[in-house]
Amino acid sequence: MTTGLWELVLRGVWTTIQLLFFSALLATAVSFVVGVARTHRLWIVRFLAGLYTEVFRGTSALVMIFWVFFVLPPAFGWQLVPMWAGTLALGLTYGAYGSEIVRGALNAVDPAQREGGIALSFTPWQRMRLILLPQAVPEMIPSFCNLLIELLKGTSLVSIMGMGDLAFSGNLVRLALQQSAQIYTYVLLIYFVIAFLLTRLMRGLEKRLKRGIGRDPLAEPAARDLKRAQTTGVGVGGGAA
Amino acid sequence: MKWDWSAVSDFLPHFWDGLLVTLQALALGSVISFALGLVWALLMRLPTRWVRWPVGVVTEFVRNTPLLVQLFFLFYVLPEWGLTFSALTTGVFAIGLHYSTYTMQVYRAGIEAVPVGQWEAATALNLPWRRTWTAVILPQAIRRVVPALGNYVISMLKDTPMLMAITVLEMLGQARLYSQQHFQFTEPLTVIGVAFILVSYLASLLLRALERRLVR
Repeated sequence: MTTGLWELVLRGVWTTIQLLFFSALLATAVSFVVGVARTHRLWIVRFLAGLYTEVFRGTSALVMIFWVFFVLPPAFGWQLVPMWAGTLALGLTYGAYGSEIVRGALNAVDPAQREGGIALSFTPWQRMRLILLPQAVPEMIPSFCNLLIELLKGTSLVSIMGMGDLAFSGNLVRLALQQSAQIYTYVLLIYFVIAFLLTRLMRGLEKRLKRGIGRDPLAEPAARDLKRAQTTGVGVGGGAA
Repeated sequence: MKWDWSAVSDFLPHFWDGLLVTLQALALGSVISFALGLVWALLMRLPTRWVRWPVGVVTEFVRNTPLLVQLFFLFYVLPEWGLTFSALTTGVFAIGLHYSTYTMQVYRAGIEAVPVGQWEAATALNLPWRRTWTAVILPQAIRRVVPALGNYVISMLKDTPMLMAITVLEMLGQARLYSQQHFQFTEPLTVIGVAFILVSYLASLLLRALERRLVR
């Protein structure tokens, strides 16, 4: 492999990372909006959010990408730059998966917390912002980490549309060298390293957020031990009476 | 936005061909992923780390890298090594291999969820290890993991369009071919988009019925 070809690969890595970043932002926004809407008290809001999730989870990401690239321009007269078209398709698809994570984590918060908010006469928005989300978000991080890896793998799909990401530059190098094994091994390794770094990053984030609400993952076994050591006080009262 | 129904009816014969290929790839890919995943899960339970380590590293690698690049790898590299398969065979194998690294985790969770008492009873009855697995542990473990495996079948369905990249004419491949020949993109792509939603919805209904029967 020559330096020029490595430069091509590096440019592909940069495009992949940009696409990953933007579509992760869009997917996060979509998943929070739709996920919170799925716990709304009006049935029509819940229904529309559920419909969105079903439709976008039902189609394949690649079909969505084709649709955004080929059907949107003639149908609505929008011609998107490839980067934004890819971001839109990936963000909307993976946002639908993310909304399920958000909904699940919101439902998993102890109902007493919500009732406490009602008792203190918080508005629904205050309850969501000050009570439910701070407790639900740390629980979402592991699932979001998996989804982020899936999204990284999904970004390779835009290479089919001719966008110059890592997978696409791999194909170009293969055509230049007429050798497949070497370049595809490198491309796979680069994807693996990016995925590994993302996992580390998300684990750090989870630790910070958990500490923010006073729930250190390391402290939990100690709390259980304490509970076991407590006396029930059954025999004591009987002796005194 | 204009919608041409005659394009839809022209596309339909190609659509059925594509649907058939998609379902074939899905069925064969599921079988491979179920079988290979079980093999990985069992290998990961061996006492020697000389097996567990390599299997763990390889499956982690396959799980965290894109299926598309794996498809390219198998499609272009295997012929260089003198192994030539049809595009569909390569694609089915790649999908099966990729998803086996997911099903492996499902099986592991299922095996770990079998109560310890079952292992102890098998030991107490002096069952040989083969019968412990085939008659006691696996029947209980697999019953528990059917819903999770079914979810992966649905994800697999949504990854089959990638086979288009290695020239397999499944639904998306047929749609692209048709739209390039007739220069009508809207109708074929929308038809297959709706088809994907319908098929995955039907599959999830089927799965829920299966879940009710198996998991009690």
